Amino acid sequence: MQRQIEAYAREYGLDCFPLSFEVLSYEQMNEIAAFGGFPGRYPHWRFGMEYEQLSKSYEYGLSKIYEMVINNNPAIAYLLEGNSMVEQKLVMAHVYAHVDFFKNNFTFKKTDQGMDPEQGLPIRKWVDTLANHGAVIRRWVNRVGVDEVETFIDHCLSLENLIDSRHHATRSLKKDSSDSEQEQVEELPRLRVDHDYMEDYINPKEFLDRQKKIRDDDKARAKKFPEHAERDVLGFLLEHAPLERWEREVLSIIRREALYFAPQAQTKIMNEGWATYWHSKIMTERAATGSEIIDYADRCASVLASSPGQLNPYKLGVELYKHIEERWNKGQFGREWEQCDTMHERQNWDKQLGLGRKKIFEVRAYYNDVTFIDEFLTPEFVAAQKMYSFGYNKRNNRWEIESRVFKEVKDKLLFALTNAGQPFINVEDANYANRGELILAHEHRGVDLKVDYAHAVLESLNRVWKRPVEVHTIIEEKASALRYDGSEHTQRHL
Amino acid sequence: MALKIDQDHSRFRKIVRGRIRENLRKYISQGELIGRQGGDVVSIPINQIDIPRFRYGEKQQGGVGQGEGEPGSPLSGEEQEGDGGKKAGNQGGEHLLEIDVTLDELAEILGEELELPRIEDRGSQQIVKSKDRYVGIRRTGPSSLRHFKRSFRKALQRQISTGTYNSKNPVVIPIRDDMRYRSWKTKSEPIAQAVIIYMMDVSGSMGDEQKEIVRMESFWLDTWIRHQYKGLETRYIIHDAVAREVDRDTFFHTRESGGTMISSAYKLAAEIIESDYPSSSWNIYPFHFSDGDNWSVDDTLVCIELLKNKLLPVSNVFCYGQVESPYGSGQFIKDLSEHLDGDDRLITSEIRDRDAIVGSIKEFLGKGR
Repeated sequence: MQRQIEAYAREYGLDCFPLSFEVLSYEQMNEIAAFGGFPGRYPHWRFGMEYEQLSKSYEYGLSKIYEMVINNNPAIAYLLEGNSMVEQKLVMAHVYAHVDFFKNNFTFKKTDQGMDPEQGLPIRKWVDTLANHGAVIRRWVNRVGVDEVETFIDHCLSLENLIDSRHHATRSLKKDSSDSEQEQVEELPRLRVDHDYMEDYINPKEFLDRQKKIRDDDKARAKKFPEHAERDVLGFLLEHAPLERWEREVLSIIRREALYFAPQAQTKIMNEGWATYWHSKIMTERAATGSEIIDYADRCASVLASSPGQLNPYKLGVELYKHIEERWNKGQFGREWEQCDTMHERQNWDKQLGLGRKKIFEVRAYYNDVTFIDEFLTPEFVAAQKMYSFGYNKRNNRWEIESRVFKEVKDKLLFALTNAGQPFINVEDANYANRGELILAHEHRGVDLKVDYAHAVLESLNRVWKRPVEVHTIIEEKASALRYDGSEHTQRHL
Repeated sequence: MALKIDQDHSRFRKIVRGRIRENLRKYISQGELIGRQGGDVVSIPINQIDIPRFRYGEKQQGGVGQGEGEPGSPLSGEEQEGDGGKKAGNQGGEHLLEIDVTLDELAEILGEELELPRIEDRGSQQIVKSKDRYVGIRRTGPSSLRHFKRSFRKALQRQISTGTYNSKNPVVIPIRDDMRYRSWKTKSEPIAQAVIIYMMDVSGSMGDEQKEIVRMESFWLDTWIRHQYKGLETRYIIHDAVAREVDRDTFFHTRESGGTMISSAYKLAAEIIESDYPSSSWNIYPFHFSDGDNWSVDDTLVCIELLKNKLLPVSNVFCYGQVESPYGSGQFIKDLSEHLDGDDRLITSEIRDRDAIVGSIKEFLGKGR
């Protein structure tokens, strides 16, 4: 069956890593899912919590994990034992599309661990890497103690999202490179001289020396550490925080794993949409037999169901790919299309270009959720999909639909997707007031931080940095600093 | 197959236990856990333990959804309490976790939190017995516990893997490293049996709130006492001017309007004990709850006599809980203290309101008898 589905996938042009399937009982499935797909991961209680939840949810019949697929080369997919034939086929088709996405989407290239010279394929042995991380942390648990290590991991996890996902997961951290030495010697400010022979009179040596001193003083004063705001807070801490060896190793592992998982969060809609698109294609056009099609439709409908206030990434993704395909098939793009404002003409616009299939393959390679939505979400699509933005109405104390206006819906959606829905936080100053205090700055984009959580994060930051820490942000429209000095939280206006 | 998750799972359970302990007083005074009991487990809802990160305040952010509705219409009809709506992106809302805890675990937690002593032996009667069980195999031990089969199997394994096994001359000689021994664990097992005889005044002055308090308190008393004994039986007596034995359900849901003769209940309790629970082999816990109003001084004196001669001599401890009610005079507790002052087999406790339940449990069980 696997070979058959794989053949269909290739026939449609999907380009996958080699893929191996394992069939698991639901206990094993829940266990591996609790570990985020990686058996042998480092020990931590949250995996136990995850397991408890998954098992409960399964026992109550609320949810069931049909499959899991790991971005690894070769890719690994887990299937649930006891699924019906139709379900297994569907899941396999779905999985092949995910693996095609892993291999071809640019965000996942950041998880490459080098190139295999023989096969010309990227090396992504993350299953081994994460197992190694597990071994390293287990070793420290034995030496330092389980409570100590686990508590430290808790702190690290609170900082886990403070990474710069533009970086490669395997990027080695830059050592303190002395950028300043490479700085070009700037010209000293001189007064304008119209004639060369006047130079010494107008800019005498004493004057130049004085200018030089002023410049050096300015520079010394302006010299901050780091010189530029640093998005990669975890990387910065790894390089500069006074950590013990085991702490450094643990933090580094958390950072690497966060970077590894980041592309999945950045392409949730695209990736699920892509897999859904292809499993429907493969099932309806190839794999499903006549007697299976009803079962298939039933399964498929439950995947695409949407509930109020929650966007189903499977549905949004697959509809948007279909929308793009249709537009490119009919030639509904480009300047001529943009400029056409006759309703009737637009509706019947069909140049029969048939470029749709090619276009969606291109989209799956070069876009992430943000650029996907930014570029391809159209007013027609938003209307057809009945999309709306919603918000919390303080007066009625309830969540309400706010708008169906294209721009507002799009902006809200982009906001929710940008930086995977996480606030932007940078290291602003690591030697604040010359006392080695750490200042983070939140790029406020209209939404405040959750303050109680911010307090907890500051405590974790303080645990790592071991000096007072602050985050500068805006709270209820006032520039504010939240500070934690190791014993108490304070807040002041800036 | 032993799951790898087990270790993380038990770490998580430990954290949860801490949470339950923190919230225990709330659970007790709000009666939250009663009714969540199914067989030997109680399912306890706790907030999912979240790892705090820098994130947006939810209510300012909102999100995008799909479906019918006009601007201004609520997202999803009823489920709008506080954080009803979820938003797009990958941060889920706040989830409740249902954690199953066995009554035994719950009793342990109760014991830890209220610092309850374990119930002491009563005379020659052992409440808990230790028992050794052979549960596994280990590499060291006394030679009397050597496990021959396992040792030889190990030796055979070694010989095959080192190539020294000769199938023509199948002699297997274990060396020191091959030896395997049975290992044992000492387990404490409760052996004695106990009976709780609940008595409650159901006359008009005991309102629903008072009965609810008794119900909540008895849940915890049951849980703790059951934890200490192998078997626990419970019997229920309600009384106004007359007493009768009923089932648990009737016990908590009966309301009568007659007068109050506490002695009737004590008499019945004494009879039940006499016929079914010889004190030589049973640990006996009579609990009586009322609002403290007895019909007459004479009847109170009868009660005292019954306690002195019949009940106290056979009970581990006799507990009287007086639930404050707007109609009761609260006299009975004073009478008991006056007449039986200094008898440490009698424990009295005043329960003003739900918040006082915790303290009352502690008074009743804090002596470890």
